[in-house]
Amino acid sequence: MAASIESAPAASVQGAVLPAVAWALARDLKISLRSKAELGIQLLFYVIVVTLFPLATTPERSLLAAIGPGVLWVAALLASLLSLSRLFAADHADGTLEQMALSPWPLPALVSGKIAAHWLTTGLPIVLLAPLLSAQYALERDAMWILTAALLIGTPILSLLGGIGAALTLGLRGGGTLLALLVLPLYVPILIFGAGSVDAVRAGFSAGPHLSLLGAGLLVALVGAPFAAAAAVRVALD
Amino acid sequence: MKSNGSPSAMLEGDGLAAVRGRAQLFANVGFRVDACQTLFVTGPNGSGKTTLLRMLAGLSTPTVGIIRWMGNTVAPFDARLREDVAFAGHLPALKDELSAIENLVVLAALGGEKVTTEQALLALDRVALSRQRTLPARVLSQGQRRRIGLARLALVNKPLWILDEPTTALDSDGVALLTTLLCQHLDANGCAVVATHQPLSVPRFANLALA
Repeated sequence: MAASIESAPAASVQGAVLPAVAWALARDLKISLRSKAELGIQLLFYVIVVTLFPLATTPERSLLAAIGPGVLWVAALLASLLSLSRLFAADHADGTLEQMALSPWPLPALVSGKIAAHWLTTGLPIVLLAPLLSAQYALERDAMWILTAALLIGTPILSLLGGIGAALTLGLRGGGTLLALLVLPLYVPILIFGAGSVDAVRAGFSAGPHLSLLGAGLLVALVGAPFAAAAAVRVALD
Repeated sequence: MKSNGSPSAMLEGDGLAAVRGRAQLFANVGFRVDACQTLFVTGPNGSGKTTLLRMLAGLSTPTVGIIRWMGNTVAPFDARLREDVAFAGHLPALKDELSAIENLVVLAALGGEKVTTEQALLALDRVALSRQRTLPARVLSQGQRRRIGLARLALVNKPLWILDEPTTALDSDGVALLTTLLCQHLDANGCAVVATHQPLSVPRFANLALA
């Protein structure tokens, strides 16, 4: 049972990008699933934050429907941030990151795999929970599906940009706080277009432009972020 | 780029210096390591042994000086060096969540080596850890964790070993095992750079003392 997913697939691995991504993804998923408590805490945080707002504000349906998308997005941002500091920190502390940087596998590919695992364990559950949680905000069916779609496109960007921040703050004291200061401003455009897409639908317009911009952001982040994060990891090890 | 390095040297350092903050750790350090040879780096605490080894592994940049691997000048994280180096530093690179054998397979895979469970088991058996193979790494002792590192060195087929204080936490059997593995590695035309306070008996070696 041990070796099935971790074995390196190719003899020469220098240019093996996809196997490296898959390998790092499988390894990180396996480790995450062994420490389920941490995953649960972060999801519970998301659920609780989203639930607090209707309790603290008003039961009026129109107001709730207006603030709902924004609240879900902000909660998703914070939940993603909560787990980001763990993305590289554990591997940095136990020396795995050194071995990754010295491995013949391409480091940006290994980093991509780790970021993908981060999204699958934190971003995807947030997306899946969104339709359920948006029921508390009396969102119309259309708005709810657009919100979920926007989260589906937007949360991977949160993981990718956050990966750069997590790598940049490696080994710093108080890195967690600095990470928030560094990454949250970068999240602002995602927040604007993500929440804006739902507002557009509720106002009777198409959500297409907002979602397209989010998609474009995702593509840019997909291409650029792994290289930036890998460079930051190398700087942190120097 | 072929350079003016000595023809048979595998690893060479030339005029290496390291500065940490304002303090100069060492300067003008030069050496060469041939095939089948071990370079022992000695020196008091704080003399820069770890810093030098990290430079040679390609983890950090020398303040001054160049490092040549197989005649090619290499920069940190150079692909040619990454293909050939096995670095064992102070940190064991073990995951507490994974078992001994899973850790070993992961480490070997990171080294670019495709390893089957049977091979990993054999390697664990060699370092007398086969009984502990399914235990999570968090319950293993320091010495046992070190032994997983030894098993990894035996598994990955790398010509250059860079070992930082490899005898730490090892018992006398463990040190004997380390010596055997090192000798086999050297017999197979490998070379090694070892920072240590405890001399290991290998056939061909050179010493580099940092002040």
